[in-house]
Amino acid sequence: MNAATDTAPEATPDGLTAPPPAIEVRGLRTQFGPQVIHDDLDFQVEPGEIMGVVGGSGTGKSVLLRTIIGLIKPAAGRIAVLGQDTGRLRPADVRAMQRRWGVLFQDGALFSSLTVEQNIEVPLREHTRLRPQMRRQIAGLKIGLVGLPPDAANKYPAELSGGMRKRAGLARALALDPEILFLDEPTAGLDPIGANKFDGLVQELSRALGLTLVMVTHDLDSLHAICDRISVLIDKRVKVGTIDELMQLPDAWIQDYFRGPRGRAASASGERRLRHGEAHAGGLGVSKADTLNVGGEREDA
Amino acid sequence: MPNPFKPAEVRHGARDSRPRGAASRSVASGTRAGARLARRQDADCLVLELAGPWTTMTVAAQDVALDGLVPNGARSARIDLAGLEAFDTAGALLVHRTTKQLAARGLEVELSGGLETHRGLIETVRSHDLDCPPPPPARSALTTLMERTGRSTYFVLDEALSLTNFLGHTVVVLVRSLLRPGRIRWTALINQMERTGLNAMPIVGLISFLIGVVLAYQGADQLKKFGAEIFTVNLVGVGVLREMAIMLTAIVVAGRSGSAFTAQIGTMKVNEEIDAMRTIGLDPMEVLVLPRVLALILVLPLLTFYADIMGLLGGAVMANWALDISFFQFARQFNVGVPVWSFWVGLIKAPVFAFIIAVVGCYEGFKVSISAESVGQRTTAAVVEAIFLVIVLDALFSIIFSILGI
Repeated sequence: MNAATDTAPEATPDGLTAPPPAIEVRGLRTQFGPQVIHDDLDFQVEPGEIMGVVGGSGTGKSVLLRTIIGLIKPAAGRIAVLGQDTGRLRPADVRAMQRRWGVLFQDGALFSSLTVEQNIEVPLREHTRLRPQMRRQIAGLKIGLVGLPPDAANKYPAELSGGMRKRAGLARALALDPEILFLDEPTAGLDPIGANKFDGLVQELSRALGLTLVMVTHDLDSLHAICDRISVLIDKRVKVGTIDELMQLPDAWIQDYFRGPRGRAASASGERRLRHGEAHAGGLGVSKADTLNVGGEREDA
Repeated sequence: MPNPFKPAEVRHGARDSRPRGAASRSVASGTRAGARLARRQDADCLVLELAGPWTTMTVAAQDVALDGLVPNGARSARIDLAGLEAFDTAGALLVHRTTKQLAARGLEVELSGGLETHRGLIETVRSHDLDCPPPPPARSALTTLMERTGRSTYFVLDEALSLTNFLGHTVVVLVRSLLRPGRIRWTALINQMERTGLNAMPIVGLISFLIGVVLAYQGADQLKKFGAEIFTVNLVGVGVLREMAIMLTAIVVAGRSGSAFTAQIGTMKVNEEIDAMRTIGLDPMEVLVLPRVLALILVLPLLTFYADIMGLLGGAVMANWALDISFFQFARQFNVGVPVWSFWVGLIKAPVFAFIIAVVGCYEGFKVSISAESVGQRTTAAVVEAIFLVIVLDALFSIIFSILGI
């Protein structure tokens, strides 16, 4: 399984050199005091893919995400984002790098003293020299992109529901048109309908804007519905693959996770959705069947 | 390596829409190539040629140029995207906005050139663009002032009313518990006494001692002019016993324990612990408020007595050092010059202040709403209100004592 992710840049069939992986983590070790969270962990995300990160409580899913975006310093190992080693960037380059990723924290992490629109304008104000008018227009566009109503613009985070706060947080994460979007438990705390809608939104945005997505989640429905590949954190390392590939592994936790009652229900609903998707296939549609097929072919090769 | 898990055309589309290699090069070199715009007129047709990267980071100048665009009598317009390199929603927004503005002036606008993904992005922007309502205009200073005055007046009255209500409730619970002492939670009571009393001793003692020193020094300085240095003892004695010890102790306790009460109860409120208590059949007034109020009522007089002693000690040390009044002389003059009532006047106030501080602290704790922010706000409010009320009560006591002639 790991061999699949261990690929050096190589020529693609159409003759172009492949871009570097969006995220490449090698030999990562994180620890808090004597407690080791990750040890010799390798993790790779390709440009344009939607990567789900799962694992039991305390296996360090959020820690991995926070380490990649530089909020936690690793004890050892190398992290490269978009081909640049984040550990060796100068402060100015760190700022440049921060423009190229967006982060959605669990409850949106909106600044409570600012309205939604002002929240979205914060990164624009900080990183660009756009006119206030243009900033407002961009903020309006992002509010529209994440499906918030226009009157949400002038509301304060406290006046929004949980789902709307997440959407507003997503709008802020998208403010600078990042290339990589990190989502920390994007559907936690949402009702199933809201969670489904949010999944759909995330998938649509990632296609329309060409985003690479890394999402930490416990939501099996999200994993089945939108993730291309899944990383499972086990024993301080990750195991990567599609759900089908992962289910072939003998690991007890993975078996419990995907084959437990919730896993089966999510898988069934994923298949239903897949058939539904095929019926309406067209245009932007990436049907799950294609994804799985291509995955299968690759394994044969 | 391309991601094999996605169909090829979508993968390439995503990559082509934003040549990342170019973007990362410009980041690495620290220079930022700007978006370029050429405009020319083919007969009746206004042609806008977009070139270079049009992204959030680069479009600032072209935003201004495009916004002030005048068609100069052109009947139609063509926006040529052929020269575009990087393109993101900000660039797409500008194309979309310009199209909209030109169309509003009656021009026929068409897009030419550009990749499928560029057009896709423009289409995404077109279908999601919102005209958000402008932020509500700021009102005039006078209106705002009037509104705030009215609001805070109402707020103060409302607060006073519900504090009085809470105070009454506390008294009822207090009396009920004192009639049936079995219901008092002794462990909690002793715990609170330790936290609010014993642990406050170092700071109360130090402050009182220093105030004794200051009073003695300032008094001596002035009284020396009349040759009445010995009356420094009277000044220190009356000052410390009647006012200083009790006031300072009350203020320190309000800041230390009143705020702690609010924070403790407030955090429990945020955690829904209070609601949990109610559902189990525990009365938060009995479990939380009563031990705190009783503890403070018992502890504050003790702290005040301790502060009295420390204050007098400070005065005596200073008198000895600066005025050569020996401890023996100090004690004699103290005995003659300071009526014993001074001591009682100070001590009588202690339980009353304690009650007010504890009630305000607990009351504000219960007023915390379900947000971490309000814990901080309410804690501040508790300290300010408690100190304010303590000083108001002290003034009332002074009036009462002067009427009684004590």
